[in-house]
This record gives sequence, structure tokens and C-alpha cells, in this order.
Amino acid sequence: MASDSTTLARPIRRTPATGTVLDVRGLSVELPANADRKYAVEDVSFTVDAGEIVCVVGESGSGKSVTAQTVMGLIPRRDLKPVAGQARLLGEDLLTKSEAQLRKLRGERMAMIFQEPMTALNPVMKVGDQISEMLEIHTDMDKAARLKRVVEVMRDVNLPEPERLVHSYPHQLSGGQRQRIMIAMALALEPVLLIADEPTTALDVTTQAQILDLIKDIQRRHGTGVMFITHDFGVVAEIADRVVVMQHGKVVEQGQAKMVLSHPEHPYTKMLMASVPSLEPPQRTSLSHAEIALQTIGLAKTYVAGGWLGRKRTVKAADAVQLVVRRGETLGVVGESGSGKSTVARCIVRLIDPSAGEIWLAGHQIAEINQGALRPFRRDVQIVFQDPYRSLNPRRTVGASVIEGPMNFGLGRAEAVARARDLMQVVGLSPDALDRFPHQFSGGQRQRICIARALAMEPKVLIADEAVSALDVSVQAQVLELLDRVRNEFDLAMLFITHDLRVAAQVCDRIMVMKQGEVVEEGATAEVYAHPQHPYTRALLEAAPGRHVTFGAQA
Amino acid sequence: MLGYIARRVLSTIPVMGVVALFVFLMLRLSPGDPAAVIAGDYATAEDIARIRERLGLDEPIVVQFFQWLGNLLQGDLGISIFTNLPVTTLIAQRLEPTIMLTLTTLTFTILVAVPLGTLAAWKAGSLIDRAVMIFAVAGFSIPVFVLGYMLIYQFSIEWRWLPVQGYKSIFEDGVGPFFRHITLPTLTLSVIYIALIARITRASVLEILQEDYVRTARAKGQSETKVLLRHALRNAAVPIVTVIGLGVALLIGGVVVTESVYNIPGLGRLVLDAVLKRDYPIIQGLILLFSFVYILINLMIDLLYTVFDPRIRY
Repeated sequence: MASDSTTLARPIRRTPATGTVLDVRGLSVELPANADRKYAVEDVSFTVDAGEIVCVVGESGSGKSVTAQTVMGLIPRRDLKPVAGQARLLGEDLLTKSEAQLRKLRGERMAMIFQEPMTALNPVMKVGDQISEMLEIHTDMDKAARLKRVVEVMRDVNLPEPERLVHSYPHQLSGGQRQRIMIAMALALEPVLLIADEPTTALDVTTQAQILDLIKDIQRRHGTGVMFITHDFGVVAEIADRVVVMQHGKVVEQGQAKMVLSHPEHPYTKMLMASVPSLEPPQRTSLSHAEIALQTIGLAKTYVAGGWLGRKRTVKAADAVQLVVRRGETLGVVGESGSGKSTVARCIVRLIDPSAGEIWLAGHQIAEINQGALRPFRRDVQIVFQDPYRSLNPRRTVGASVIEGPMNFGLGRAEAVARARDLMQVVGLSPDALDRFPHQFSGGQRQRICIARALAMEPKVLIADEAVSALDVSVQAQVLELLDRVRNEFDLAMLFITHDLRVAAQVCDRIMVMKQGEVVEEGATAEVYAHPQHPYTRALLEAAPGRHVTFGAQA
Repeated sequence: MLGYIARRVLSTIPVMGVVALFVFLMLRLSPGDPAAVIAGDYATAEDIARIRERLGLDEPIVVQFFQWLGNLLQGDLGISIFTNLPVTTLIAQRLEPTIMLTLTTLTFTILVAVPLGTLAAWKAGSLIDRAVMIFAVAGFSIPVFVLGYMLIYQFSIEWRWLPVQGYKSIFEDGVGPFFRHITLPTLTLSVIYIALIARITRASVLEILQEDYVRTARAKGQSETKVLLRHALRNAAVPIVTVIGLGVALLIGGVVVTESVYNIPGLGRLVLDAVLKRDYPIIQGLILLFSFVYILINLMIDLLYTVFDPRIRY
């Protein structure tokens, strides 16, 4: 590196900055006139020092992302106008800079990484070129020097075989590798400020742990100031030096991470921390004598891709899966992406056809019967999906969505509506909700509607496929509580699919851990968490962020 | 990658086969005696018999098909009923003007429409955007023959800048005369095509500009121009290329009218004449040719996808 620094217009290795890197003072950003509140962020002040990680914590709508993007100058000022305050980067106010001056600072002095590395990288450009672009914009380095530096930063973020990987496209890499590429890109010019906007939220838990370690390690070595945006107090406990808690566009509390985590002062902070589900499973009574509602024997799903002139590849999405769910019981299926947990759920509902094995539902084998014969069983298994924004038809009223199923199975309109009104109360909504449209509800309310829609079919089995993963943590706790209550009230067998070990600990009687299509461990929740047998289960529990801090919530 | 290309190329064969079958059946399945249909209203019994014999319509239909297919594979498209010349010769004579008109139109269209659509997307909601969109609606609504005569009136008759009609070969008559004659037909034919492609370009660039990686590019400090060219346009290319390809079908229809308006001796005129005279062998030959070109272009588009989008390669 030292040898070619003479060829550079400006050396890349700078002496690390010291003191305050980012100083946000009294920042207010105005929302457009028709919004539901006047300011996106109001009178926000905080600092980020060199070599420090400041976590900005808040739920959706707290203004944490707007703050970050205002600092970066990524929001068009005509849409979201900063009306008061300053955002000083190394003493210079970013809000007074022209677009051209900001462009120069972006990438060179401040860089940003985003939540979803798959969509944040250009799919049609080689990852090496995308990192190299950073150098191309801001330096006079020639092609060879750029390549050298790209390989260097890729090695710095622990990417394997960087010389080969520079020629890959984003879709050829894993999620963790993609986020490493993003980090390498952000760090290529050694910025003094790194803004990380939920950088691990879309990643699997073991990958998340690695990326958090990497960010900590790199920022320590280079003395970068990091503004780390997250909604997850587990992550805060893992990496934060200081914490800024935001709610409705205002800072409600800030301080040293240890202090805030051990003695939160503001009620909102307390509520947020109390909403984080505990990794300690509560005591649950065994239901091993209850009637079996759902059982699979040797369930498998194999995908065959290619063929006809191409190479043939077979993928075992699920293999030899045995599971039993009894009435009134919740079985948690836990695993990372690609573990086959959703495949199992979809086979059971017969949204996809299993390749082998048996599915027993209320004494009938339904794995191989045709769609016509399957129809009467459809109502017995209902599913609640991850994203309530997309699983309700936006052009139909809530009522129309809820009564459609029962009416398909012969219930009269009046009865169906009456049942829907009752169910609205069961899920904690007013019966008037039936006349409104999905967009008039918040995410949590929509998920309640989805649960009511499933219950309207009077199912025996309820499958919750990452049903709380897209929700804010405070809402998540309420929806979990609701799911647990309806399971109890309606004596449902529940299959709870999640990647989140904290959530699983709170609602599941038994846990099944899946990895690459196979079940690696199964047992009573308390037993699995206390004495994990399989190395993979141990790795998962190890990786759960903030496992050393006890958070409040027990559902 | 090679497997993908091989698959795409091989899959055109059954498609061509189906097209050939339809073209063959077109005449045989039409109601009544095909020979009488071809001969027209004023034919004598001898005329009909002569045509029937020439087309081999006395044989069983399966024999006819294989004879016809065998000839086809040897490049024999049959003999024109009215001119007694081989259809291949007739097509070859008319090929150049049509190919040239198509090429100039395609080039002009892409050069105008893609930048126009990109500009409109970048400045979405602005006056420029609205102007482009108004042009797109107007361009799409105006019939080719109306536009053709309007252009002739203005450029050729009022201003006397360009010839009214006719075609000059770039190979025999030189570049200058060629462009003087091809300019108005190209303009005429391009307008609808520009309207279509500018619209699609705008829509697809606009969508791409919302993507996260465009934000990433801006976060790197990349300039707006490069964000547009390097990140947005290349990602928007797949839908744009698709529409350019599909639009070729539109172009074939437009060529027929445009060549008539400007009196260009191309395939479009041949189509028109053949249809008016019910010269079935020529019609069949032309349908086969156009289908073949269309399939070829779609094949090229499929292969172009792989250039623009690496995800399709693997």
C-alpha cells in the first residue's frame, strides 16, 4: 500500500480523526403539508465521536432514518426540508452545503450501509466494480491501483478469495457476503463517519453476529465514528457505546449504553426494553396427552432444477420431517433462511405438493389426495403470513376479506358477518373495522385482521409463518400475546415458524430446529434452551444478540 | 451460458414448424375450393383446373404438406400465380428497401426514444416530462398514413426540401439520394414507435430510480448523470429491449402502409399487391418470412437479456 501511495492524488490512509465527528444540534425536518404530523424529526441533538458506536434506537416512524438521510443529504430538500438546527461533520455544517459539495463528502468523509444488501447493490454490476466506483468518483487512481485497493478492502472485511470475488455479481453471493461488500464499499476511502441503517435486520442470526463483530472490529481499528440505526435492543446491547432513543421524531433519552440498558429512565425506553422477548422460556405445562391435531411422517420436498440440455440439480428443501402438534399446543419451527421451515408449512397447507411422506390431519392422510378431495380439509389449517401489508387485498374491505372464506364453505352472509364482528372483538378491534380498507390500519392492526381472517374458518391448526417478524417490537409483544390467547381460547394446534429465538422462547411449548431441510433437534422449549444438544442449536443461541442482558418481556 | 443459448436456439425450431403448418393449412382450410378462391370471381373452369394442378391440390393433404415442406426446406417457396416468377426471386427483389427502411427507423427510434424517456423519468412531473408524455399520446394516436401525407405536404410540397416519394438505393445511387428519399418514410414510421418506447423507457427508468441501489450510488457521491446512465438505464434495459422487439411486429404493419404512401418498392408493397390479387404463394412466402424474422428478433432479444442482466445467464 505504501509503495503506490505516491501514484495517488491524495493518500487514502489518513490519520484517524479525533474528537467529535458528527454533531447534530437542534435538527428539525419538516414533513410535507399533508402529513399526519408537522415534523419528521424535531429538535434532535446528539454527537458521534471518533472511534465510537452510537446506536439510534426507535420503532418505525421514530425519525431515525430521516435523521440519517438528512445528514447524508440523500433526501431531496424540497420533500423533507430541514428547517432548524445544524448537522456538523468535522465542524462543517452539512445543511448549508450545495449538492456538489455534499456529493464530494458522501463516500469520502461519510458513508452509509443499508438494511437489505441484496437490493442495495446493483444487480447487473460486478461487486468489484461497485466498490471500485467509489474510488473512481473520489480519487485519481488508475484501474490497476483501484483493483488493488478493492482487493485490499475486501480482504479487510474478511471476504474469502477477494481476487476471485471481485468478478462476482451480487446474486452469486450470500446475504452476509453482500453486506460485507457494502461495508467494504463504505470503508474504501476510510470515511470518518459510517452510518449504518439497520444493517443486520435482514440477515440470519448467525450472520448478524458476524457482521456486528466485523463492524465493531473495523471501527475500532480505523477509529471510525459509527451512527448505528436499529430497532433491536439486543443489537444495542451487543455493540453500542452510547444510545440515543427516538420516538415520534424526538430524542427521548440518550446516554452511555451501560447506563441506558441497566437504568432506562424514560417510560418509552422502559417499554421498548420490556417488549424485547426474553430468551428464558417460561414454565409451560406439558400437553403430551392431548389429541393429536397434525402429524407428518417422513415429509420431504425435493426441487429439481435444470434438465433439458442444462445441468440437473436437485435441492432437498425439506427431508424426512417428522412433527406432531397436539390440540392447544404450540410447536415452534426455528431456523435460518433456507432451512426449509417455510417449505414444511407450505407442504402442510398443500400450497406446494410434498415429494414424499405423509401428512395426517384429524385422522386423514392428506399428502397425496387431489385438490378436490382436499377442499374440505382446507378450512382446518389456516395460515397467517409475515407481511400483513401484502397478505390483505388492498381493494377489498376488511369485512369482505374476513367473510370470504366461511362463505366459500357454505355459511350464509348474515352469519358470516356476525361471526366476523365477534372475531374483531376477539382480536381487539372494533367491529366497525370491517367496513374499512387495509391501508387505514397500522401494521399490528393488519396482522390482527389476518388472525381474525384465519379464525373465521374455525380451523383446527393455525400456522403462523414469521407472523410477527415484520412488526415493531412493542406491537410484536401484543400480537404474540393475542396468538397465545386465541390458541388457548379456541384450543388450536399452532405451528409457529420463526427465525427469532427470543420470540420462540416465549410462545412455544416445544421447539424443532431445522437446518438445510433437516430437523436437527426437537424437544420441550425450556429443555432445548437450557441444554441444546446439537452444535447448530448452540450456535444459534450463542448468536442471539444481547443474550447477556436480561430483557423484561415474558408473554 | 452456452446451454442457455443452445436451448433458446433449439426452441425456435418447433415454433417455426407450427408457423409453417398454419401457413400451409391457411389455404387448404379456407372454405370452398382453394383453387376457385385463388382464381377469383371471373375465372373460367379451365383457369381453376390449371391452378389446382399447379398447386398440387389433387394430391392427399398429407402428401401435399410434405411436398410443400420439402420444397420449403430447399428454399423453394413456390411460383407466383400472376407473374409466374419464383416467390423467392420476387421477395429478393423487394428486400433491400424494406430492410433499409426498418434499419433507419429502428436506429432513429432508439436514438430518440431512449434518451427522451430517460430524461422524462429523471425530471418526472416537470414540464419536460409532461411534454414527452403528450408527444407519446399524440404520436401513438395519429395514423401512419395521415402523418405521412402531412409530412409530404410540409416538407416536399410547401418547403420543397425532400422528394415526395420513391426510393434510391444506397448501393447504386449513393448515400445522398438514399437519405433524401428515406428521411420522410423513416420519420413517418418512427413516430408511433418512438412514442411507445419513450413511454416504456420512462416507466422502467422511473421504477429503477426508486430502487435501493440507486440510493447506494448516490450515497457514494456519484453524479446524477452517472447514476442515470450506469445504474438506472442498464437495469431498465430488459423491459426496454423487450418492447423494442415486440414493436417490430408493429413495424411490419407500419411498413406496408408507409411503403404505399411513399411509393417504395419494398416488401410492404409486395404484400399489398399479393393480397389484392390473391396470389397465395406470395402471401404464404411473406408470412413465413415475417414470422421467421420475428422469431429471430425474439431470439436476439433473449440473448441480449443475458448481456444486460447477469442473473439470466446462470
